[in-house]
Amino acid sequence: MVPVSYYLVLSAVLFGLGVVGFVFKRNIITIFMSIELMLNAVNLAFVAFSRSLGQVEGQVFVFFVIIVAAAEAAVGLAIVILIARNRQSLNVERVDLLRL
Amino acid sequence: MISVELLLFCLFAGLAVLGAVSLILMRHPIHSALSLIVVMVALACLYLLIGAEFIAALQIIVYAGAIMVLFVFVIMLLNAGEEERTNLSRMARYVGVPLAVIFTLQLAYWMVRASAHFRAVPGAPSLTKDLALGLFREFVMPFELTAILILVAMLGAVVLARRES
Amino acid sequence: MSELLAQHPILIGATLRSIIALVVLLTAVAYLTWFERKVVAHIQSRWGPWMVGPHGLLQPLADAVKGIFKEDPTPAGADKFVYHLAPFLSLSLALTSIALIPFGPQKFLGVSNVNIGLLFLFSITSLGVYGVALGGWSSNSKYPLLGGLRSSAQMVSYEISLTLSVVGVLLMVQSFNLREIIEHQQGTTWSLPHWHIFAGPFPQILGFLCYFIAAVAETNRAPFDLAEAEQELVGGFHTEYASMKFATFFIAEYTAMVTVAIVASLLFLGGWLSPFPASWTWTEFIPTVVCLAGAALLVWDGLRYPTKFGQILLPIVGLLLAGVGLLCVIGGVREIVQGPFWFLSKILAFLFIYVWVRGTLPRFRYDQLMGFGWKLLLPVALANVLLTALAELVFK
Repeated sequence: MVPVSYYLVLSAVLFGLGVVGFVFKRNIITIFMSIELMLNAVNLAFVAFSRSLGQVEGQVFVFFVIIVAAAEAAVGLAIVILIARNRQSLNVERVDLLRL
Repeated sequence: MISVELLLFCLFAGLAVLGAVSLILMRHPIHSALSLIVVMVALACLYLLIGAEFIAALQIIVYAGAIMVLFVFVIMLLNAGEEERTNLSRMARYVGVPLAVIFTLQLAYWMVRASAHFRAVPGAPSLTKDLALGLFREFVMPFELTAILILVAMLGAVVLARRES
Repeated sequence: MSELLAQHPILIGATLRSIIALVVLLTAVAYLTWFERKVVAHIQSRWGPWMVGPHGLLQPLADAVKGIFKEDPTPAGADKFVYHLAPFLSLSLALTSIALIPFGPQKFLGVSNVNIGLLFLFSITSLGVYGVALGGWSSNSKYPLLGGLRSSAQMVSYEISLTLSVVGVLLMVQSFNLREIIEHQQGTTWSLPHWHIFAGPFPQILGFLCYFIAAVAETNRAPFDLAEAEQELVGGFHTEYASMKFATFFIAEYTAMVTVAIVASLLFLGGWLSPFPASWTWTEFIPTVVCLAGAALLVWDGLRYPTKFGQILLPIVGLLLAGVGLLCVIGGVREIVQGPFWFLSKILAFLFIYVWVRGTLPRFRYDQLMGFGWKLLLPVALANVLLTALAELVFK
């Protein structure tokens, strides 16, 4: 039997790594992927709690988180494509002014 | 004597952490994308170990098999190259990284404290039927709303990425 | 370590069964290439491979040996890690699906019995897009990139219709477990078996057709193979891959074909169930009769064969087949053989249809292909789900 805390520590570590990636990387797409990593860490916490408490609501919520992540990724990547077309660069440091 | 579950947990958890670290350290976005896929598959295996089999399959089909494909497509289409190599600023190196580590440790500590009296994760799989019943009885309203959300996202993505003709 | 194995004997059994399944599958895939070349050739009024061994039966072996000795270059500027990863990824994913399939009612005829078996198969299918996309991109060349992107867009589009067309069956069985899906199809009414394609409140013929068409498109096979046909895109995503890596992609594609045939016969045609009612016990001797007939054909053909090698080899194989057939008369063996025999015959029928379609139909243009997937197949699959749900509600 694996205690719940093991899963939660793993979830916290993955979340922390996601935050580090979000703050320190400069490519827009990599920043996006760090956000997905954070969402995955949260999903892991949800599922671990759901199974430990014997309730199914945790897994239902994971279902919704995955769907919302999908919708967010679709729209976000469309915006990334637009930005890349306009600024010809995927570096966030070049996208910090409202006008070119 | 280590139980099989603990061994498998260490294996998949190690794989997930390795993938996450590699996501941050790799310079080319396609390598970061591949590392994230490794993380997602490792997490799916962890969900199987926990016993949430439908969520595991969902994770692979939707997350690793559709969302990440979208990421990989965009990276290929935009011809994203390697990031230029610049060192982190002094602020980031001496204040940022320690702060991130402290944040993670805090999070882990409070989560472990809160779950100390929870029972260990059982190995028997949870039934897809229970999940489906929960989804279509108590949570049917959010379910329909997410369907509309996906429709809106689809329309938005199509309109945004269209070339002006 | 040995305590671990003693506590979990399933590890040894499962490993052994996986090895046997892999060996059988890889041999089957090798001879599937021979089968395809022969059948397509005969459709096109020519002979196909006939020189290497009698009736060209040793052609796959010759191809393998050639592949081993051929040069294996890596294109300049290719991303080395991803370039080497892509065929490996394709092959390992394609080979994994054999672990989920039950070949017969007995417990040992199948590597594992997963509660979400069907869903797992679909996860493997959805991960298969990566081999194509990454292979095309990492070759650092125009045609592979275009071919890879087109192929993966096609695979992702048809994946939706693929999974939806199966939901009708799931509504009737209410389980993802492959054994339960087959067991749900037991029984006959007026000598017509209860297979999902015939029985239930809403026969799943529409679902079956949708599944098969979507699966042919998903495996990038004719008539949906625009993205990898030589006449169109030089070869698509596998242009820059030579000998062994190209062979790996090839094997992955054929294994995917076999998996599709297996799943189609599982879901819609009753898997390892016999089409005859269980009361007709004389049908248990059909495997024996088929083996003996095949053996007689092989021996007769072998004795008339032009070359000495064929005159020796074919009758020997024929006699072995006759031995197997006579072995199936023994009671114990007869029971075990029933399930796999019917399963294999259905799989062979599907593989023949696959190859037949390839040799007969012209190719779709890419925009026709995508329009067909999104505008025709997806609504039909959705309609199938709706009608099946309505029928289940009204008649159950």
